[in-house]
Amino acid sequence: MATSATVTKTNTKKKIDSKTMMIGGALLLAAVVLYKYMNDPITTTAVLSSTIRQSTPLVLGALCGLIGERSGIINIGIEGQMLMAAFVSFLVNVYTGNLFIAITSGILAGMGMGLFLAWMSIGLKMDQIIGGTVINIMALGLTSFFYQVGLTTKGKLPSIPLGPLAEIPLIGPVLFDNPPITYLTMLLVIAVQFALFRTVWGLRTRAIGEHPSAADTVGINVNLTRYLNVSFAGAFAGLAGAYLTLEAVGSFERGMTNGRGFVALAVMIFGKWTPLGSWGAALLFGFASAYQTQLQFSGNIEIPHQFIGMLPYLLTIIVLAGFVGRSRPPAAVGQLYETE
Amino acid sequence: MATKKKKDSSEGMSIGRVWRAVSIPLVSVLLALLIGAILLLISGASPMEAYQALFKGSFGSMKAFGRTLEKSTPLILGGLAVAFAFKAGLFNIGGQGQLLVGAITAAYIGFAVTGLPLIIHLPLALFAGSLAGALYAAISGALKTYTGAHEVITTIMLNYIAINLTDYFANGPWKDEGIIARTPAVLETAVIPAWGFVPIGFFIAVLMAFVTWYLLERTTWGYEIKTTGLNAFAAQYAGIKVPLIIIMTMGFSGFLAGMGGAIETLGVVGRYQPGFNAGLGFDGITIALLAKTHPLGVIPAAILVGAMQAGSSQMQFDADVPFQIIDVIQALMLFFVSADVIVRWLLGRRGEDGDKVSLGTGWG
Repeated sequence: MATSATVTKTNTKKKIDSKTMMIGGALLLAAVVLYKYMNDPITTTAVLSSTIRQSTPLVLGALCGLIGERSGIINIGIEGQMLMAAFVSFLVNVYTGNLFIAITSGILAGMGMGLFLAWMSIGLKMDQIIGGTVINIMALGLTSFFYQVGLTTKGKLPSIPLGPLAEIPLIGPVLFDNPPITYLTMLLVIAVQFALFRTVWGLRTRAIGEHPSAADTVGINVNLTRYLNVSFAGAFAGLAGAYLTLEAVGSFERGMTNGRGFVALAVMIFGKWTPLGSWGAALLFGFASAYQTQLQFSGNIEIPHQFIGMLPYLLTIIVLAGFVGRSRPPAAVGQLYETE
Repeated sequence: MATKKKKDSSEGMSIGRVWRAVSIPLVSVLLALLIGAILLLISGASPMEAYQALFKGSFGSMKAFGRTLEKSTPLILGGLAVAFAFKAGLFNIGGQGQLLVGAITAAYIGFAVTGLPLIIHLPLALFAGSLAGALYAAISGALKTYTGAHEVITTIMLNYIAINLTDYFANGPWKDEGIIARTPAVLETAVIPAWGFVPIGFFIAVLMAFVTWYLLERTTWGYEIKTTGLNAFAAQYAGIKVPLIIIMTMGFSGFLAGMGGAIETLGVVGRYQPGFNAGLGFDGITIALLAKTHPLGVIPAAILVGAMQAGSSQMQFDADVPFQIIDVIQALMLFFVSADVIVRWLLGRRGEDGDKVSLGTGWG
């Protein structure tokens, strides 16, 4: 509702700068949420906290994608990285019973898959889209093959209310009463945003994604940086996988990522390859998923559930179709860099 | 284009040329089976026993061979769909969605249209299913042309939408009587017959491989498709209508995948049931690349994968190996055939400069 209002605003008065627009949009959104909250506090709180949690794996996946693409490597294997990490953290949790070790192994699994992607696209000079596809198919096959039905995790990450902050009506339960990976994700978004635009590493990363040969001239090792970045980015997809098994569901199912890795790519594009933008986009998608679940449970609506189930996927297509042309990917994305 | 000319002038089928074309896929398959065997050992199974059972279940008897051909049929079409789109630089991973849409449309025409003789009803149902697949895939083509949305994401999203859509029809308006979510059986006039143990659908698929080859190699359209794939800017400059080529290529690719679904419905299952042939989109990618995107190469590649699928239940029964090992081996085949640097190194051969299509163009 809020977004459509902002869009019409831009059409009528094109001169309004983006800051005013964002503030206006935020105020409008706050008004709508407050109005809804007055009418039905329980449902509104439930939908909004579900929005935050649904957006967690999406924004993590988008972080993985955007670090790769900022360095010049397309990653369509996020889905596979997440799935593999979800499985590894599940298995480690089943056999050690330790949540911390389980999350760490999930992150390592994501990084391992990232390294594999980097090796395929840089070392073996494979087409990056095919490299990502190999990861997706490989993860689906390996996890399905080694998965045994009947295993259950020992425990699940609980919600940690942040003292008095969690007592604030509406904002408290939505923002300050979440499980650890969700908190961590909020911090990571800000950290990556800072690192990408305010540190030497960020400058180098953006340089090798925009103009690798110029970066090479000033002494940046393009391919080594790409290797490191794509492997490191895998950690975020790994964390997303760990989130799915250890925080959201509490068990593993075959193919449980359900396209989230691909939705994360759309989130990244919608967010214009920036962490903060991706976060906003992920919240929009999270809201679509949360609202869809709410609609299915409330049951007082005539639409068949299959059509409600399509919502997140339809939204992905609409967002891609509407916004791709207006945001520009890193110039050297998808190109192999070789020195003469 | 220079390499293309060279190929055409040495059209003779010398053994050396065939070996050069086949060696990389062949070695890739062997390496994949080898690593598959290691994985089987790790999981505590006997690779010899598993592979023997796999062979027995796919080629061991006439009945098994028939099942292999039956499994290969949608795989040939799915592989062709990927290979065809590939030539224009498009990566269609929406084979599954297009297959589902084709399958349910064929089922609908098959059970709802009555009073037609077989000679009209069957082709009508087959064509309607294929056309539905074509239109469904053309959505991604149009989105790419007019908005720039990359087909990898849109085709995947359309897969999930197709699952929901077909599930709705099989549960709702087109549901058969009873509690199972499925359409009524197609009428006898729309059933693709089998010829002894050989399913006729297989021959339709093989015929389509030749049609696809002819389209690509012997028509202006095929030439325009390949030019677009090699360099879309140059193609545009040369007067080729690139937007139209992209939509039409996705359309024909979806036509092939939709036909795969229609044949499965009309010749094997006999109705539409949710959940059949879930992994076809990914299988198509492996098959197309194993065939080096050559339409005729798709036939043996699809038979290989089809045989693995046909034999997997025998393998599960005899050697107690989960059938998902097949997916792992397929992923490994895809890896080795794409990472041909490894295989070339093993064969001690230097890289050859062929026509290279990049899938990443227009990304983002």
